[in-house]
Amino acid sequence: MKHLIPEFEKLKARFPAGFESSLVLPCVRRIQEDRGFVADSDIDGLVEYLGVPRIQIEEVLSYYTQFRRKPIGRWHVQTCRNVSCSMCGAERIMAHLKDKLAIAPGETTTDGRITFSTVECLGSCGTAPVVMVNDTYHESMSIEKLDALLQKLD
Amino acid sequence: MAGKQLLMTFPVTATSHTLADYRARGGYATLAKALAGMQPEDITKEVTAAGLLGHGGAAFSAGRKWSVVHLNDGQPHYLCANADEGEPGTFKDRWILEHAPHLLLESMLITSYALQARNAFIYIRGEFDLPYRRLAAAIEEAYEAGYFGERILGSDFACDVVAYRGAGSYVCGEASGLLSSLEGKRGYPRNRPPRLTVQGLYKKPTVVNNVETLSNVAGIVANGAAWYKSFGTAKCPGTQLVSISGHIAKPGVYEVEYGYPLTRFLFEDCGGMAGGRKLKALIPGGISTKVLMGPEVEGVTFDHQSLTAAGSSVGSGGMVAIGEGTCMVRLLQVMLRFYHHESCGQCTPCREGTGWMHRIIDRIVAGEGRPEDLDRLLAISRWNDGTTICGMGDAAGYATIGILAKFRDEFEYWIEHKRSREEGRLEMAIHA
Repeated sequence: MKHLIPEFEKLKARFPAGFESSLVLPCVRRIQEDRGFVADSDIDGLVEYLGVPRIQIEEVLSYYTQFRRKPIGRWHVQTCRNVSCSMCGAERIMAHLKDKLAIAPGETTTDGRITFSTVECLGSCGTAPVVMVNDTYHESMSIEKLDALLQKLD
Repeated sequence: MAGKQLLMTFPVTATSHTLADYRARGGYATLAKALAGMQPEDITKEVTAAGLLGHGGAAFSAGRKWSVVHLNDGQPHYLCANADEGEPGTFKDRWILEHAPHLLLESMLITSYALQARNAFIYIRGEFDLPYRRLAAAIEEAYEAGYFGERILGSDFACDVVAYRGAGSYVCGEASGLLSSLEGKRGYPRNRPPRLTVQGLYKKPTVVNNVETLSNVAGIVANGAAWYKSFGTAKCPGTQLVSISGHIAKPGVYEVEYGYPLTRFLFEDCGGMAGGRKLKALIPGGISTKVLMGPEVEGVTFDHQSLTAAGSSVGSGGMVAIGEGTCMVRLLQVMLRFYHHESCGQCTPCREGTGWMHRIIDRIVAGEGRPEDLDRLLAISRWNDGTTICGMGDAAGYATIGILAKFRDEFEYWIEHKRSREEGRLEMAIHA
């Protein structure tokens, strides 16, 4: 992660003095954006750069659902299964994904293309059911729109 | 329109979120007025007099919260906007982040001035990518225009803001959990006292307010407390952004003036139930509020007093309409799975309690329910009430108590017959 340090220095300057600890989340996010996941060597580098205890970073990585220590597929297909999405068809969406991709939630297709996850409320209940692919919300999903979306995921 | 509007007062266009459009609507004139002619304590007095309550779910008086921060105490003070919006059913703060970010920023500047906060933060949930980018762009525009930084608008007031992204955790929407996360750690809520306004971010006095709560500040300072009190009711001034979803015909974000009749909102403004079905149940303000049966909505007005009297509450503004034929057992199962997943694990009643409740409901749904399960769910709910570090333990209890109180017969049916009385149905309105 050393090549990201110039960026992190700019980020640090936006915070008051003494806020090094706060940099853990944004730095982890940026590292993951860059590598696809957070490697053990990244943790070492971040401990050295920020001067925070290693355990703090380990705790952060094991707590937040968006952080991961292993690579996943190129496309992270996340379906919300909370109340409004369930009431508007999320279960059919999930069943279709399981069927079409031949994987269960938590798994990745053998060609490394897609990882399928179920997630909790995304804050898009008015356009349920919602599927999040990487950073993008795909709202008011239907089986047809889902098939069209999957086609575009190379 | 569900009554008089305060926030949703402009048409949403491709550019309505930009600085240029916001300035054309009179934006940042109130900041100028505040910095030129008002003392910090005057602003807090005005906001207190207006009766502005929190719009995130706790409904605590904003002005009273601010007044705990001692001005000129030689300590840094911090302001933090809570944009973690994670209560299932809620998506109304997102409207502000995407369409009125400058309203939030101007309001935060005024509030930071009132609190003598040199640094402000906006904690935004990690999943909100587009809202974050809109916010980040607005912050850049505001800095370029000189609204942040040193000597703002020629005054002695200086303020910096950082938009801080979460990474997936419901309890980071709880004010103390939010600050733990903002310190770069797990989002563990904290026991209070001390209050966050005494020891918050890095143990310094910190005000955490919901995005919508803060967004009301510019209007109050521009037009005065009396103006704000002309909206809503005598006991409940102002408006609330309500996000409605579920089996409703016209889901979306609406601004509802407090005191507006709930049936009128549901059946006129929101177009009634999709497919013309009957309203079986209504969750008024996020899944952590107690459910109302369809007929109970009659005569209720949308405000704190009326909803509390009806046995529920305004909550987070996340309204969910449930149509006839929906299985309430499976609905509670979704909720209990959620609370269990989101438990941070710190305290025994919540960590063990939510797990236990989840296992019980799963057993019921699997056809292995026992007669004593329902009273057990209620007992765990009662044990969690007031014994947990944060309100999530209580919330899992309220959701359960509410649904069991109104729909116990469906649960008893499933336990006895080992299947749903409603064919396990959750989906009703579907997209083609």
